Amino acid sequence: MSVISTLISFEHVRKHFDGGRGMPPVLAVDDVSLKVAYGEFLAIVGASGSGKTTLLRLANRLIAPDSGRIAIDGADIANVDAIALRRSIGTVFQSGGLFPHMTVADNIGITPKLSGWPAPQIAARVDELMMLVQLDPVAHRNRLPNQLSGGQRQRVSVARALAARPRIVLMDEPFGALDPLTRDALGEDYRRLHRDLGLTTIMITHDMAEAVLLADRIAVMREGRIVAQGTATELAHVDDSDVDALLQTPRRQADRLRELLPRNAAS
Amino acid sequence: MNSWSDPRWGDALTHLPDYLGNHVRVSLAALGLGLLISLPLALLARHRPGVRGALLGFASIVQTVPGLALLALFYPLLLVLAAVTARWLGFSFSAFGFLPAMLALALYSMLPVLRNTITGLQGIDPAILEAAQAVGMTPRQSLRMVELPLALPVIMAGIRTAAVWVIGTATLSTPIGQTSLGNYIFAGLQTQNWVFVLFGCAASAVLALIVDQVLALIETGAQRRSGLRMTVGVIGVALLIAAAVMPSLSRARQSYVVGAKTFTEQYILAALLTQRLQAAGLPATTREGLGSSVIFNALESGDIDVYVDYSGTLWTNQMHRTDIKPRGELLADLKAALSKQHVTLLGELGFENAYALVMPRTRAEALGIHSIADLAAHAGEMSIAGDYEIFSRPEWATLSKAYGLRFRAQRQMQPDFMYAAVAAGEVDLIAGYTSDGLIAKYDLVVLDDPKHAIPPYDAVVLLAPKRENDSALRKALTPLLGKIDIVMMREANLRASIGQSAADVAKWLWESIYTGHAAR
Repeated sequence: MSVISTLISFEHVRKHFDGGRGMPPVLAVDDVSLKVAYGEFLAIVGASGSGKTTLLRLANRLIAPDSGRIAIDGADIANVDAIALRRSIGTVFQSGGLFPHMTVADNIGITPKLSGWPAPQIAARVDELMMLVQLDPVAHRNRLPNQLSGGQRQRVSVARALAARPRIVLMDEPFGALDPLTRDALGEDYRRLHRDLGLTTIMITHDMAEAVLLADRIAVMREGRIVAQGTATELAHVDDSDVDALLQTPRRQADRLRELLPRNAAS
Repeated sequence: MNSWSDPRWGDALTHLPDYLGNHVRVSLAALGLGLLISLPLALLARHRPGVRGALLGFASIVQTVPGLALLALFYPLLLVLAAVTARWLGFSFSAFGFLPAMLALALYSMLPVLRNTITGLQGIDPAILEAAQAVGMTPRQSLRMVELPLALPVIMAGIRTAAVWVIGTATLSTPIGQTSLGNYIFAGLQTQNWVFVLFGCAASAVLALIVDQVLALIETGAQRRSGLRMTVGVIGVALLIAAAVMPSLSRARQSYVVGAKTFTEQYILAALLTQRLQAAGLPATTREGLGSSVIFNALESGDIDVYVDYSGTLWTNQMHRTDIKPRGELLADLKAALSKQHVTLLGELGFENAYALVMPRTRAEALGIHSIADLAAHAGEMSIAGDYEIFSRPEWATLSKAYGLRFRAQRQMQPDFMYAAVAAGEVDLIAGYTSDGLIAKYDLVVLDDPKHAIPPYDAVVLLAPKRENDSALRKALTPLLGKIDIVMMREANLRASIGQSAADVAKWLWESIYTGHAAR
């Protein structure tokens, strides 16, 4: 990766949490510096507790850093209105985070509604988004989240994140709770949306295979620090036992699958 | 007699619009006020554990105060407050009836609403709250669009609990002057009219169930986003409000209010006064079942216009006198003292309803007890029963001191049950009332008071300060003065205690007075 203009940058960001009664404080994000380019799909991979979710929550100011600077388009987000910032960024949560008392349409249209779009425009946008995430608007528009399958819920969640035409989408283990088939289909569909809509995406996952398949670039986190970052190929050359271990799984899976599913039965 | 053809059912039914309307009105107002206070407090407290603990603690303590006591406490509190505002702000308000009842009930409704609102809001999945933030909701939008709708079922459950509590407890607001379905229960208990008691209980239970179901409709309607349920529920609430407001709108505003304390004789006399006023063309209503300390203040402040009290009671309770004077002298002094407070003592009815020590005739004769002086030697082995106030009244202290009385045990009970209790030997003697018809019925004897330690208790008609110069009122009531002797009153009380309605007995009383008068 050479000189590409940066959209999101983390500069020496540090964040700790109080450890609870009698416990030492936990340093969740420890001096992290990271750049995400326009149109890039970055995956952040790491074990649970490595600080990747904290990093994501810092990006849309759900929490504030202790020190360091987070900038979008070069402007420190600390100086931007947090509400406006969040409305301009799409977010997809692990379990969907859909509002259980709102219909699919109301869930998808929530950010435009908060931003004061006129109702007909919201309705049109909702239908457009449902088509985009391949949900039939007529059949699903008025359903409640608990009337949908897990995959459908996550499609709604993606549609909701895209509703207000954000440039940036943050995803926290978006496909983690889905069965492998649904997960693959949804991942591919999102990858296409990312490309077609010119989005910049940060996706958190603990699944290296998913990261390798979907992302342009991967950052590996451990104990609040970024220990390696680069394309899958670049990571393969990193001399770090953890990174190596993370890459072992998809490699082993790939080898095994190749063995079991030969392209040409005759060979 | 078939219990359903009992005329008292019909009698009970005629009071229903008034009692029910007032009951619904005070309950809804209390619930509304309670919600208005509790909901914002709950919202304020939800992120502040300290405030939350203090609030729930306070509401729990309020809940442990018996409903009757809570209602009773608001009356003196508001009296003081009314005096303060009159003095400093130049306006006063009635500390009687609606206001204290509503405030006490509102306080009573707070705990379930506070607790359920707080737990409902705290029970929301944190992931949902974070999603609300992440899609760009302000804290206020998150509350309105996400938190409150999600907590609504729990909050509504609290509101329903509060509604049922308030409607049940509102029956206890009768003694502080708020008409309610409790009027049936208090009147029924006093006059041994079990039809009234049953009717009052059933009516308030049915009302509570209906309100609960209407609120349940709104709750499930909101939950299932069913417009129909919501609409039906809201219409139900609107109907209740209409039912509460309609009867009071149609009633004449400027009518005389006749007060009555909480015992049979008072119900009869109030009915008699009301009938006389109506016969004279003056619109009149009764406020029954008022606490004996509430009623005088209610007269003084003009919340009621007229009632019958007893000279000895006024002497000791209102004038705070402990000395005892002969009957005539005491009356004259009392009249003068009352007129300083602009309360008019119109005159005596002609009989005395004194406290008296009463025991079964056969027992008294066997022990050779004729007077309280004879009793003193036996008191140590005897138990005595009295009404709820006698043992804490100054007269009791005077009486015990004068004769050196010390009983083995003192019990308090519902006045109308005392006579049966002493006749059955449950207690050895009772502090009864000389005008009670049950004395003759159970063959009881009134012990003499040779030392005149018990003050005279002439029944007197009192008029409110604002009726001081009301000649129409005086003219309507004067024919009663001096016309009711103890024999007539005992007979009247007896008739009421065996099931005749107060209104019927009052009619009988008037006919007796009239025929007696005509014969003379």
